[in-house]
Amino acid sequence: MAEQTSTANAWAADPADLIPAGRKRLGWGLLALATLGLLAIIVVQILYKTEMSTVGFYTWRPVVYAYILWGIALGAWQVLTRGEDGQRALFLLPALLFTIAMVIFPTLFGFYIALTDWNLSSFSGRKFNGLDNFWQMLADPYYRNALFNMVLYVLAVFVEYAIAFGLALLLNAQIRARKFFRVVFLLPLMLSPVAVSWMIGKSLMEYRFGPAATLARHLGWDNPAFFSNPITARISIMVLDAWTFIPFMMIMLLAGLQAMSREVLEAARVDGATTWQTFWQVIFPLMLPVSVTAVILRIIFKLKLADIIITVTSGGPGGATDSVSSFIYREYRDRSNVGYGTMLAMAYLVIIIVFVTWLLKFASRFVRNVN
Amino acid sequence: MSVQTTDYTVSEIRSPAAFITSRVFIYGALVFWAFICLFPIYWTITTSFKSAVDVTQGHLIPFVDFTPDWKGWRSLGLSPDSIFQTSTVRDEFLKRFMNSVITSVGASGLAIIIGSLAAYGLVRYRYHFAWFKNEDISFFFLSQLILPPVVLALPFLVLYREVALLDTRIGLVLLYTLMVLPIVIWIMRDQFNSIPVELEEAALVDGLSIWGAFFRIVMPIALPGMVAAFILAMVLCWNEYFFAALLTSTDAKTIPVMVASQTGSQGINWWSMAALATAAIAPLAIIGIALERYLIMGMTAGSVK
Repeated sequence: MAEQTSTANAWAADPADLIPAGRKRLGWGLLALATLGLLAIIVVQILYKTEMSTVGFYTWRPVVYAYILWGIALGAWQVLTRGEDGQRALFLLPALLFTIAMVIFPTLFGFYIALTDWNLSSFSGRKFNGLDNFWQMLADPYYRNALFNMVLYVLAVFVEYAIAFGLALLLNAQIRARKFFRVVFLLPLMLSPVAVSWMIGKSLMEYRFGPAATLARHLGWDNPAFFSNPITARISIMVLDAWTFIPFMMIMLLAGLQAMSREVLEAARVDGATTWQTFWQVIFPLMLPVSVTAVILRIIFKLKLADIIITVTSGGPGGATDSVSSFIYREYRDRSNVGYGTMLAMAYLVIIIVFVTWLLKFASRFVRNVN
Repeated sequence: MSVQTTDYTVSEIRSPAAFITSRVFIYGALVFWAFICLFPIYWTITTSFKSAVDVTQGHLIPFVDFTPDWKGWRSLGLSPDSIFQTSTVRDEFLKRFMNSVITSVGASGLAIIIGSLAAYGLVRYRYHFAWFKNEDISFFFLSQLILPPVVLALPFLVLYREVALLDTRIGLVLLYTLMVLPIVIWIMRDQFNSIPVELEEAALVDGLSIWGAFFRIVMPIALPGMVAAFILAMVLCWNEYFFAALLTSTDAKTIPVMVASQTGSQGINWWSMAALATAAIAPLAIIGIALERYLIMGMTAGSVK
């Protein structure tokens, strides 16, 4: 479509002037038609669903199709009325329309659901109940506990970072079979966390005859129940998650190490620095920007942690290992309570946005001070 | 990623004894971590060939400790002697497997298409939609990365029910596309930034349109980056559990949901669970080993300048 309508002269001062008025009218007409169509379908559906009219569709699916058609019309309108500029806009439009439809609308809808009492399994439907969910959330000890666990889980990132840095240094040293080790170290990242939680959480760490439990007994831990005591259960979850995600940070840090200029290291050696000094005074400061990126990305992924907890402990013992996501998941699965669950999720979203914004500010200042 | 050898870790060592110590330490640590990475996988694969006694007695080495048996694979209908017989478990497994393939390939493909286009536009042209400039639009896309799935999950549950997308593969494809889109845009922006703008200018002078230049000149150069983004997106979609667990029930269930539902039931058969877990991780493990270069390229995009 874009190819056929491309304007002849790319060097014109204002390509919009070259577009014939008829083509512009066509573009505007198309857009107007599509907008009217979309609005008409929405109005018809609302009237039908609120039982004010008998004409309408059983589901809202046609509205989705209408939105897609409207998006196409919008693109055509851009190309027809703005020529080359419109073609440029066409690069961005699909992703933009997609993300807006998939994020903005559901999030706004979510804020509305959060203010309702809505049990999907009951027939009474949704009831607007204002801030009731919010007050219930403030008094919910399990939610607070889940938030506290998230703090612990996020702090565990720094231990993962130390290990990942060590592994990256090892891989960057002069070794044989580097490629082999790199592939092996990367492997855990590729495995599905759900499969991993069975492989490690439910079989290796199995109390009676899992090899990890046997090993722990040999090392003098008489009662290696990894998931029955709140503290060991949390540590076990952290270990499981670390096992999958350490390669992620390791690869980023390795890339940083390989991009480092050799001259600096040579200079440090000539100046008579020991290996230890070289690391702390040259390598580590130079690696700080990469480290900050890796740690922040990892924290962002950590904040989504859910699958391992759901499949290994389902939050137990007594909610001790719950992350916010797994808690909300169970809240919905056990009680079908969409309203309250959404309120918890929205509160979490606000906390995350504030936290990550602060983190990015803090990190940028931190990096600048060093350089 | 080019592999350079930087040997500063050994450059300080002067005496042969210290050199040997450091070698021993380095290789010891490497082998130790390789063991940590590989043992769970080894354990899972061998367990799928064990019988109950071998599991409870903690036998580890096939042929020495225990006699391998196709038990686990037979229960999945995938062992040599049962592969030609009808098996409901195998049909179920293959259905879930196909669901996983379709959703992850579909979502990664869709994300690559719209993500690359958007990344290219953002790198090459100046936009202003109302008061939004390029930086704001980029930030809008990348900020989706911090959105936890749990925020969208429940609204989508309700919305998908209304538009009849609940428990469909299309529904999952759309959500997964949303999930990997920021990562794709992040990688592809980096890719397009590294392509000199003169190439496209020359193409435009030669009479190609903007889109012609993109498809004929830019795309072929950026192809490795696209492969990298595609592989990374594949890994994320294949392993996704949260949305799949909430939004699918019978038709569109994916492999992780199937694995998780097996672990929940009482009295699991270790050998069949192990076989299932092996089958679930095998495709990605193979892809990962074969295309490791692209995976690393995707993960390191933009982080090292």
